[in-house]
Formats: sequence, C-alpha cells, structure tokens
Amino acid sequence: MSAEPILSVKDLKVHFPVRGGLLGTSRSLKAVDGVSFDVFPSETLGIVGESGSGKSTIGRAVLQLIKPTAGRVAWLGKNIAGHSRGQMKPYRREMQIVFQDPLASLNPRMTAGDIIAEPLDTFEPGLSAAERKKRVQEIMAKVGLLPQMINRYPHEFSGGQNQRIGIARAMILKPKLIVADEPVSSLDVSIRAQIINLLADLQKEMGVALIFISHDLAVVRHVSHRVLVLYLGKVMELAKADILLSRPRHPYTQALLSAAPIPDPAVERGKKRLLIEGDLPSPLNPPSGCVFRTRCPIAQAKCAREVPALEARAGAADHVVACHFPS
Amino acid sequence: MTPVLSVKDMTVRFSTPEGPVSAVNGVSFDILKGECVGIVGESGSGKSQTFMAVMGLLASNGKATGSAKFKGDELVGMKRDKLNTIRGSKMTMIFQDPMTSLTPHLKISRQLTEVLVLHKGMSERDARAKALIMLDRVKIPDAKRRLDQYPHEFSGGMRQRVMIAMALICEPELLIADEPSTALDVTVQAQILELMQELRAQGNMSIVMITHDLGVVAGLCNRVMVMYAGEFCETASVDEIFHDPQHPYTRGLVGSIPRLDKPGEERLTAIRGQPPNLQHLPKGCTFQERCDYVFDRCIAERPKLLAFAEGRGKSCHLKGFDAKGEVLR
Repeated sequence: MSAEPILSVKDLKVHFPVRGGLLGTSRSLKAVDGVSFDVFPSETLGIVGESGSGKSTIGRAVLQLIKPTAGRVAWLGKNIAGHSRGQMKPYRREMQIVFQDPLASLNPRMTAGDIIAEPLDTFEPGLSAAERKKRVQEIMAKVGLLPQMINRYPHEFSGGQNQRIGIARAMILKPKLIVADEPVSSLDVSIRAQIINLLADLQKEMGVALIFISHDLAVVRHVSHRVLVLYLGKVMELAKADILLSRPRHPYTQALLSAAPIPDPAVERGKKRLLIEGDLPSPLNPPSGCVFRTRCPIAQAKCAREVPALEARAGAADHVVACHFPS
Repeated sequence: MTPVLSVKDMTVRFSTPEGPVSAVNGVSFDILKGECVGIVGESGSGKSQTFMAVMGLLASNGKATGSAKFKGDELVGMKRDKLNTIRGSKMTMIFQDPMTSLTPHLKISRQLTEVLVLHKGMSERDARAKALIMLDRVKIPDAKRRLDQYPHEFSGGMRQRVMIAMALICEPELLIADEPSTALDVTVQAQILELMQELRAQGNMSIVMITHDLGVVAGLCNRVMVMYAGEFCETASVDEIFHDPQHPYTRGLVGSIPRLDKPGEERLTAIRGQPPNLQHLPKGCTFQERCDYVFDRCIAERPKLLAFAEGRGKSCHLKGFDAKGEVLR
C-alpha cells in the first residue's frame, strides 16, 4: 500500500435534525459521530455494521450526497466537505457509487446503453456516436454483459444483470474510488458470488479503490483489505481484514464474529456463541460514554463516564480499537 | 411411524396476466416427528410456496394440486373450518417480517390469547397466564409489563420472539419457520437462532426451516432439502449436504458462500447465469443452462428425484462426484 491516501476522512459528523415531541423541540440524530479513516489507492476498505450504524450515511457523506455536519473529507489532499453540487462536479469523474437495489437505482425509461453512457455524456460530451457506443460496449463486456443487450431496458434484465449495469455505469470513466453500498445484499446467493468476483476482477484490472459497505461480515472480509467496524455512528475497530478476523480486540467485533453462522455443521454445532443481549439503542438517545456499553459483556463504570478513543492501545499501529478494556 | 406431514406430487400454479407460472412442480416428501428439516433455495425456487400451499395460505390466484397429509388428514381441498382446527394450533407458521405479521392495533396479550380461547376453549384468565409463560420461554424480559403493550413498542427482534411465542402457544406438532431471522440484524439473528435451537432440544416438535442461508441450516437442522425451480434437486443429512454434495447446484451453492473461518484470498465458485423463467421451463433438467457437466440426456429428459443411498436423493443424470470433487459419469 502506498503511503499517500486518496481519501482521508477526519472526525466526520453527520447529524440530522429531528422535530417531534409535544413542544416541537428539535433534537439531533447523530447518524455518524466523529469517524476518521483513510482509503489508499487500489485498496478495498470494508465498512461493516448493523442497521442504523451509519454505514450508508458515511458513504454518501464522503461523496457529498449528504452534507457533513462537521469534519474533513480530503480527496487527494483537498478538503471537499460541504462542497456544492457545482463544486463537486469535477470530482464526480473520480468518485462513483453503486447502490444496493439495482432496479431502483436505474431509470426504467432509459436503455442499458444510455444508462451506462450517462457519465460519458456528462464528462465527455464531444464524443461521436460511434465512439460512445464503442466505449459502452467495451465496459459491458468487462462487467459480463453481452454487448448486443445495449438497447434493452432495465426490466428486461435480472437483478444480477442490473447490478452489472450499475457497476458498468460507475466504471466507465475509470474512477479512482467507488463506494459500493450493499451491492450484493439484494441478490441471491449464487448471483452474489458472481458480483463479488466481478468487483475483485475489476479492481485488479483497473486499480480502483473501493469502499465496500455491508452488514455481512463474511462478504466484507472476503472482499476487503482492511475492515472498519461501525456501531451507532462510531468506529469500534479498524484493522487489516485477516487480523480483525483472527484477533478481534473489541467485544462488539467479537460478538459480530460469533453471531455470523458458519456454513459448516461441525463448526456450528461445536461453537459456543458469544451472544450479546438486546437490540441497538436508538441513535436519538445514544448511551453515555462508550455507545456499546449497554450491550457489552465486559462493561464497567468507566465505560459510562468516558468515551473511549480509537487508538492502537498497546497493539500494532495499524490495528486501532475504541475500547477501554480491549482483549 | 406415520410422518407428521406427508406431501405427495404437490404442484402449485399461479395464473398471471402473462400466463400460468409453475412455482412448485410435483414435490414429494415426509417430515418425521421431532426432526428439523432445512428447506434451502433461492428466491423463486418454490420453497415458501410449497409450505404456503400446505397451510392453505396461497394467494387467490394460486392453486395447489396433489396431496399433503397432516397425520393422515388430507389438507389439500380441506374445508376452511376444518383446516382452521389444524393450522394455528397443531401446525403453525412464522414469517420473515414480524412487523406485518402482527396486528398493529391489538395488544400482544390479545393476539397471544386469541388462539387459546378459540382453539382450546380456555378462559381469558388461564389463557393470559399461559401467554405470560410463553413470553418468558421466548426470553422476553419483563414479560408481565410487555404483555399489555402494542407491537410498535417492541423492537424487530422482540417482535419475532412474540411471533414465535404465538406459534408455540398451542404446542404445535409442526412448526414451519419461513426465513425467521432474515430481516433481523446479525446479533439479533443469532439470538433468534439460539432460541430455535433450544426449542428444538426441548420438545418433540418437528421444525421446518425455510431459508436461503446455508449457514442458518448448518447449526440447526439434521436434514436438508435443496430446492431449485420448483423441485427438490438434492435431499440429504446436513453433514452430507456440506461435505459431500452430489448435485451440481448444491455444490455451486456451498462453494459460493464466503466463509469467515477460512482465509479470504480464494475465489468464490460462482454459479454462472441465472435461474430459469418459471413460465418457460426447459423440457429437460431445469439446471441445464447453468451446469458445467451438462450432456445430451440432460437436455432431453428431466431428471427425477431418486434415492441413491440411505436417506439421500438427487435429481441429476450424472453418477455423482467422488471425494476429490471429480465428476463421475
């Protein structure tokens, strides 16, 4: 991994005002609350978290599709946090997104070819019709779509094929970063593997960096070089994928790992599950101190008083954990 | 021993504006007393519709033919009144989405006790006491206070516990669970699976677990039936399904799941293509277009589910696969 990150996020906060209550008081929902991470060229950073952890909000805030409340988002050293649509336009060429629901994220009245060509039309409007078609068919072949499907509409494709169209659209300008927000969650198991393999191949071939957002730890581990574990808008742990899986230090990471079912009867039957109780607390009213303490099996009085900082805590420098009592 | 549920040649067809859709194409199987059977398949494989037909819960444009006997009583075509004495009490079902399966304007207590009063003729008071025991059994903390709350006051995981309590309150002989943990977060899913495992260990109730997730099946079930395009393609014990799958589709499924307990470098063995259109199923094997081992017989003739070893069946013209994974023709 080269030393200079392409994306550097520092203390990112996204708070949404929520009106309600008898007196119409306004509270704020802290969807993302002080998150920092770097993304290096050609790497995949996995972001894993349960619903409401803020993982999708981070992806959108990085691309300025949601304006951050505070913090810095540096793209190749330049802060873009709070940039307007117009200011963002030159950056859109280099940063793209793939969404969870492939059908909902494609315009049903446009052909596959026109959908895939949209970024080209925006950034290279002078292209001749023949050149445009050639570029579209090239990328279609790369993502595993038959070039003769260029004039079909999204409803004529299956879910997996539509996701390929979404990936082709994101890839056609050869961006440096793609945010993939649950790109395989709505797909069937056999199709999911196709898309995971496709993303891995494209990354190898084109050197694009990926932020891969998912609730599925096994999928995230499989595709990512480094993994960031998120809980209630805060980073719990960040480490190299294999290290995080083999030596998790945060009790939440340990619980997540233990909770994920392993497709092997012998392993599953012999497994002692480390169950954590209850559900995620409301992000409107997060616990004081460490946000995980209400479900943490090893919480102590200090955890309610002090927010644990994300630090190496006597471990390797590239393995940081936000816990007062890491293992 | 008579099976709890015995299904013979069941088909389910839906009439749609675009023509008939064959969701289930002649499946036969038994569910024995006390066993936990996993029904694994992707969306559209017919795994849910098979059991919706058994429960008499098909949508109005759906029609089931064939036979489904619950302890000898024929369910297909049974009068609604008679069916209602079986489903909801001796045979119950829980669904994926606990929010839409509970009535939002009724207290949990009412929804739990209704079956007891209706099916078992219990007094309101006794039913309430029983409801409280059930909420305790599915580990809802502070059950006494919770009993008089409405569904919206419960979290997703707690609602699924309420659903399970409702399904178990009449002490059914067969519990059909249709993706009970799919809509839940990983940590909450683990809690529900743990609960299912305990329930299984406690009684002699039979459980059918319908899921797309092989991981869920691994820890819970003793037998697995894999469905594809409305038919069973392989049935075997849970260990055989994972360690010695004999149908190319099962092999593909097992290989396409990323594993947390193995290093992540290797490529997933994806199954190419996509499931066939249920309106235009091919004449031969429904898996032929995606199969790496297809030969002329697969195109000419649809394989039947045949037993090939003790307790094992597959619908495939191939001889099988050896221990190294080499195909035997």
